[in-house]
Amino acid sequence: MMKERKPRYTSLSGLEIDQVYTSDHLTDWSPEQDLGRPGAFPYTRGIYPTMYRSRLWTMRQFAGFGSADDTNQRFKYLLAQGQTGLSVAFDLPTLMGLDSDDPRARGEVGYCGVAISSLADMERLFDGIPLDQVTTSMTINGPAAVIFAMYLAVAEKRGIPFHHLGGTIQNDILKEYIAQKEWLFPPEPHIALIVDTITYCATHTPKWHPISISGYHIREAGSTAVQELAFTLYNGVTYVDAAVKAGLDVDTFAPQLSFFFNVHNDFFEEIAKFRAARRLWAREMERRYHPKNPRSLQLRCHAQTAGCSLTAQQPMNNVVRTTLQALAAVLGGTQSLHTNSMDETLALPTEEAVTLALRTQQVIAAESETVNCVDPLGGSYFVESLTNRLEEGALEYFSTLERMGGMVRAIEQGFPQREILDASQRYQHEIDQRERHIVGVTDHVEQERRSIPLLKIGPEVEQEQVARLSDLRKSRDPFRMAGSLEELQEMAACHQSLMPALMEAVKAKATLGEICAALKEVYGTYREPVVL
Amino acid sequence: MAVATTPIRVLIGKVGLDGHDRGVKLVARALRDAGVEIIYTGLHQTPEQIVATAIQEDVQAIGLSIHSGAHNSLLPRVLELLKERGAEDVTLFGGGIIPDDDVPRLKAAGVQMLFQPATPMQDIVTFVKGLQVER
Repeated sequence: MMKERKPRYTSLSGLEIDQVYTSDHLTDWSPEQDLGRPGAFPYTRGIYPTMYRSRLWTMRQFAGFGSADDTNQRFKYLLAQGQTGLSVAFDLPTLMGLDSDDPRARGEVGYCGVAISSLADMERLFDGIPLDQVTTSMTINGPAAVIFAMYLAVAEKRGIPFHHLGGTIQNDILKEYIAQKEWLFPPEPHIALIVDTITYCATHTPKWHPISISGYHIREAGSTAVQELAFTLYNGVTYVDAAVKAGLDVDTFAPQLSFFFNVHNDFFEEIAKFRAARRLWAREMERRYHPKNPRSLQLRCHAQTAGCSLTAQQPMNNVVRTTLQALAAVLGGTQSLHTNSMDETLALPTEEAVTLALRTQQVIAAESETVNCVDPLGGSYFVESLTNRLEEGALEYFSTLERMGGMVRAIEQGFPQREILDASQRYQHEIDQRERHIVGVTDHVEQERRSIPLLKIGPEVEQEQVARLSDLRKSRDPFRMAGSLEELQEMAACHQSLMPALMEAVKAKATLGEICAALKEVYGTYREPVVL
Repeated sequence: MAVATTPIRVLIGKVGLDGHDRGVKLVARALRDAGVEIIYTGLHQTPEQIVATAIQEDVQAIGLSIHSGAHNSLLPRVLELLKERGAEDVTLFGGGIIPDDDVPRLKAAGVQMLFQPATPMQDIVTFVKGLQVER
């Protein structure tokens, strides 16, 4: 026997990988029970019978920087380049429910995304973009309901019926407590607010996804693939539970739920993760809620290539990493995809870099011929075995979380946070020990740093935003504005549906920061249990 | 024979609004494992909170992680506040997504060291332990 290069081979998440996979690895596996057909339970092979033969995935580049006008121009550019959906990145003050002129926003306005403090900003962001023809995904969580109210108000002003609006608000607060850490309110009132938006969308915006239950940020924080799968799907179950407990019939809202996953470097493990996610979700939904509509069982998802896999060294290598990750997402059967730009480890992408990232998807779609056959890796001993192991690993976490009394209790005890931190420490250790290799960082290092052009955000973005807000505050009817916030607080205090009151508040020119501050007075604020 | 030294006290924290705490926690753990006494502030700290904690805890150094691009305003602000409070002897170092172009300006302003992406953990430990020797 030839000597192998390493004593043991493991997946990126640490699963032991054998030399070759055979039917011996699938003794308990049944093609009827565990694989099925595309578009049929348990949806391992995909949620649609024909997948990309009928419709390609939505090419949706996450974009946002500077002012609403800067980002509006980038949106128009991306649509002109053949992008098929929009995805808004908000800056950190907006994500935290703070206005651009808040002292805590200083130095951060327009940096990590676009600054949106008012309905007027939102109108400029979508100026000239047909909201009834393009779907829009918005990565916003703490203040999601406020931003959604602004979007609806823009549509209303343009006379677009709400049932024509398609898109997504991320609106997933549990993963904020776990990983992304941009929160506003404590878990209980926040989950109730999310159920409120789910309820509203079920009635008024049937083509809108009121939540995108996200593993992306969990993975970026350092989790394994198994942890990403487990915590994300368990968060999903937590939201469904809350909605059902609030009196909703599962079939009125479950078809509108969506998911969002990371695609990291381990090609086969990532493909298996998408397959395991669909199967596990279908089985859990069936077992827990017995829905009548099959669409309630189907896990729809967006995917983004792994930002944390990008390197500042030899940045052009990132194009190659992203290509492999994007291909894994396609072979895994995603409905929508963002490909990272090579410069995103250093700054927000330049127009040139984002175009190349979009072209990467277009090349896969048009040239690689990987889209012709649905679930081309289905039946592979290795991929089926990995799919089984990921599902089993996730179910073990499900049991642990059930024993802890659910996800909110687990978060309060720091459980998912600690599991992720431990995993990220193991990964770092493996790199430091050269058990894992990163081209350009651990291997093939170049002394000379190769620099690429970076997008720079100037201080004028903040100055202009502050001036605009000052004008807005002078131009509005203070009584209508204050009245709208009082009404909102009353509604929040007696657990009434908030969306109509939020719409009135944004139209009365209350700012994002003012609305969030008013709600904090009712709901309180969140304090993180520090895990180290 | 090892010379007995009191462990150096370092405040490790996140300043500004970004929630990326994967790196900072790994740094805090590595320093703690190397015998450094760590005060970890948690997320979303203002420069005022950072400096107040640093003075209250009597630390010798402050290490701040920033992934938001706001380093050009937040790090100089921390230095300014340290000076105002007569604590300019506290060493400030930083890390995170800090482009090459910004490094010279921040160092000139008084940031002792900046650790950019993919810095080996040992380099950070060596730097902090070096502060102990200097004192």
